[in-house]
Amino acid sequence: MSVTLTLHTQPEVPLEAECLSPDRLATLDQAGIAALPVLHGNRNMTVGDFFSVDGGKDLTVRIIGDLGRVKHVATGMSGGHLIIDGNIGSHLGLGMSGGEITVTGHAGDWVGPEMGGGRIVVRGDAGHMVGSAYRGSKVGMRGGEIIVHGRIGNEAGNGMRRGMIAVAADSGDFTGVNMIAGSIFVLGRLGARSGAGMKRGTIVSLHDAEVLPTYSYAACYHPVFLRHYLLRLRQLGLPVEEAHLGGRYRRWSGDSVELNRGEILLFAG
Amino acid sequence: MSSPLRIINGRVFDPANGVDGEVRDLCIRDGRIVDQLPAQARQLDAHGMVIMPGGVDIHCHIAGPKVNLARKMQPEDHRHDVVPSTAVTRSGTGGTVPSTFATGYRYATLGYTTAMDAAVPPLGARHTLEEFHDTPIIDKGFYIVLGNNIFLNQLLKEKRHEEFREAVAWWISATKAYAAKLVNPGGDEPWKGRRNSNVSDIDANIPEFDITPRQIINAFVHAVNDLGLPHPPHIHCNNLGHSGNFRTTIETMKAAEGRRLHMAHIQFHSYGGELGKNPKSKGPEIARYINENENITCDVGQVMFGKATVMTGDAPAAYVLRKITGNKWVNSDVECESGCGIVPFSYQEHIYTHAMQWAIGLELFLLSKDPWRIVLSTDHPNGGSFMSYPRLIKLLMDREFRKQEIARVNQKAIRNTVLLDDLEREYTLNEIAIITRAGPARALGLVNKGHLGSGADADITIYDELEDKEEMFSSPRYVLKDGELIIDDHEIRQDHEGRLLHVAPAYDEDIEQQIKPFFDKYYSIEFGNYAVGDEYLHRHQTVPTLGERQS
Repeated sequence: MSVTLTLHTQPEVPLEAECLSPDRLATLDQAGIAALPVLHGNRNMTVGDFFSVDGGKDLTVRIIGDLGRVKHVATGMSGGHLIIDGNIGSHLGLGMSGGEITVTGHAGDWVGPEMGGGRIVVRGDAGHMVGSAYRGSKVGMRGGEIIVHGRIGNEAGNGMRRGMIAVAADSGDFTGVNMIAGSIFVLGRLGARSGAGMKRGTIVSLHDAEVLPTYSYAACYHPVFLRHYLLRLRQLGLPVEEAHLGGRYRRWSGDSVELNRGEILLFAG
Repeated sequence: MSSPLRIINGRVFDPANGVDGEVRDLCIRDGRIVDQLPAQARQLDAHGMVIMPGGVDIHCHIAGPKVNLARKMQPEDHRHDVVPSTAVTRSGTGGTVPSTFATGYRYATLGYTTAMDAAVPPLGARHTLEEFHDTPIIDKGFYIVLGNNIFLNQLLKEKRHEEFREAVAWWISATKAYAAKLVNPGGDEPWKGRRNSNVSDIDANIPEFDITPRQIINAFVHAVNDLGLPHPPHIHCNNLGHSGNFRTTIETMKAAEGRRLHMAHIQFHSYGGELGKNPKSKGPEIARYINENENITCDVGQVMFGKATVMTGDAPAAYVLRKITGNKWVNSDVECESGCGIVPFSYQEHIYTHAMQWAIGLELFLLSKDPWRIVLSTDHPNGGSFMSYPRLIKLLMDREFRKQEIARVNQKAIRNTVLLDDLEREYTLNEIAIITRAGPARALGLVNKGHLGSGADADITIYDELEDKEEMFSSPRYVLKDGELIIDDHEIRQDHEGRLLHVAPAYDEDIEQQIKPFFDKYYSIEFGNYAVGDEYLHRHQTVPTLGERQS
């Protein structure tokens, strides 16, 4: 029997709900879930104070309502399926290692920061710092996938080491800043200064973009691997056209202020 | 003040008074240990437990501008170690550089009741005192760095030794410090003036001042000993961390000419080999020199594997480390007084140099013959956090555990040390009480600390006697500070304000007239605003100089 949580009281200030993670709810019955602690501003409250709980003991969890003020949901999630029917606040899937999160609305900042595995799908837009490192940390996303069907904000994939971020629309500034490795696909336009300080890894855009002067132009070619990736993204429902699959891409290598082993691939028709 | 208390049935380790594990009563009244109490006094049963004086950390970095910079630059360290508030304690953050409140609580939960910050630039004294006011439970003090002070070095250049001594006394009095610290004497000034410049030879001329590091060291040894400060000059030698630096270390000790000198984190100064190549161990040579020269005390600065934060007044050394790690860093210039560098660091068992540093520290502990003159320290947080002291104690007390650990680290490094010979020595509880309490208290000249005789401060730690020494020393059952039961049944039950320990040596006031023009010309702060006022002291104790004690 799946678990459904419905928001009945909109929190007045941000609500920190680290416990709302399928693997943690899976062992609890209805009353147990309702009694889990959440932090409302600086006050200790329970899940039941904000959500009506239906069902229990299942790895599939659906949360319904506008959760724009609910933060830290699915922190450290290791398995199961979490469906958020509405918007979600910041720090979704912090450090998650497995399972899948689907958001039907928009997501706040810090989607999947320092995550190590699993998948996050956002049907709407996502904020800044998608799959990033926290301030002070060197390493951001370490694995897994983040798929956003709308736009994303600045500094997506900051310090990313492995895994994939795919965005159907545009990305903000500093996409892939300080990237160590991994792949970022932006089907729309790249923001300014993308790939700044990148060591290794791949940033792909299906539009032309202004590249930092510390990048050098390498070639215009058809990267074979790209077709496989793009087909996979199309399967996941992203708008990849036939021309993109077999097209040629300009390869820029950089960032020469760092290792110079990264690449930005821009669709050239 | 709590009512008189008698601690009964515990095994007492009080090496300063020759008590080695005997079961005897301890009587406490008005924050001090007394000879006897009325029979009806409150009792604390310490049956099956070990009683020691509260721990004394002679060398750590826990407050002041550079410590705070290290906190600010490592938010990632705090996120994983949040310290929530309780009914009696305040919240904070941990990691390698805990916040002020967490520092006080964590020292107390290890049974330490006194800690000395080993390197504060005089200009940072106010900041340090403010942080100390927020560092609960423990007594604390700080040493000011004077070894790269332009004014003092100019006096030495002009051979004005008497005025030099008076100026040292003024500086210590004006900043409410406890001792004089030398960090890479004479080396930071060239570093600040010229790219990648430093002194590498204790007898090399420093062009800025036309003097040598040896002359600076020698001048401080004589000035501080003549002033009768309770703690001798506390020196971080030149060439820290460089292969082949043991010669500098031995020459530094010789420069004391038989007078008292404390060598800080001597492990970092016991390396053989060629400059720029992998270090070799000179631990045995250094240990031998210290064994033979009773004027020298030292703390080890043991490296413990895991995360650390290098923070030092030795700015060029921090730059070298930054080049090795590629990590974020801070380097700073403190006007005419000193420099500073901070680099987050991680010691790893498989790396040759790190394993070698770890092994040299153990060699020094195990080969030292006089535990009174070697102090347990990790140079917190440089070699590791003070929170790793219990593990270090286990390494010293448990030969089998030590063997297991030695087998886990880089074997190429171990083959170049005497640890390969399976040193048999196991520290006894009495020796641990010396290297963590009685010894450092004596080296600091704190006559009321580090022992449990009549008149001593009632700073007492009571451990459950356990086979696993790491577990035993990680969590004392009771900790008393000034006679108050702070930790009861392993938990902090009440807050407490510890004292600031400082010295106020007398000086000839004429020296102020000589220092003032230098401030007018070169400092960003007015001379009149430089000295720290008494309003910064809060609860404090002025520790008398040796001369004051005799009279």
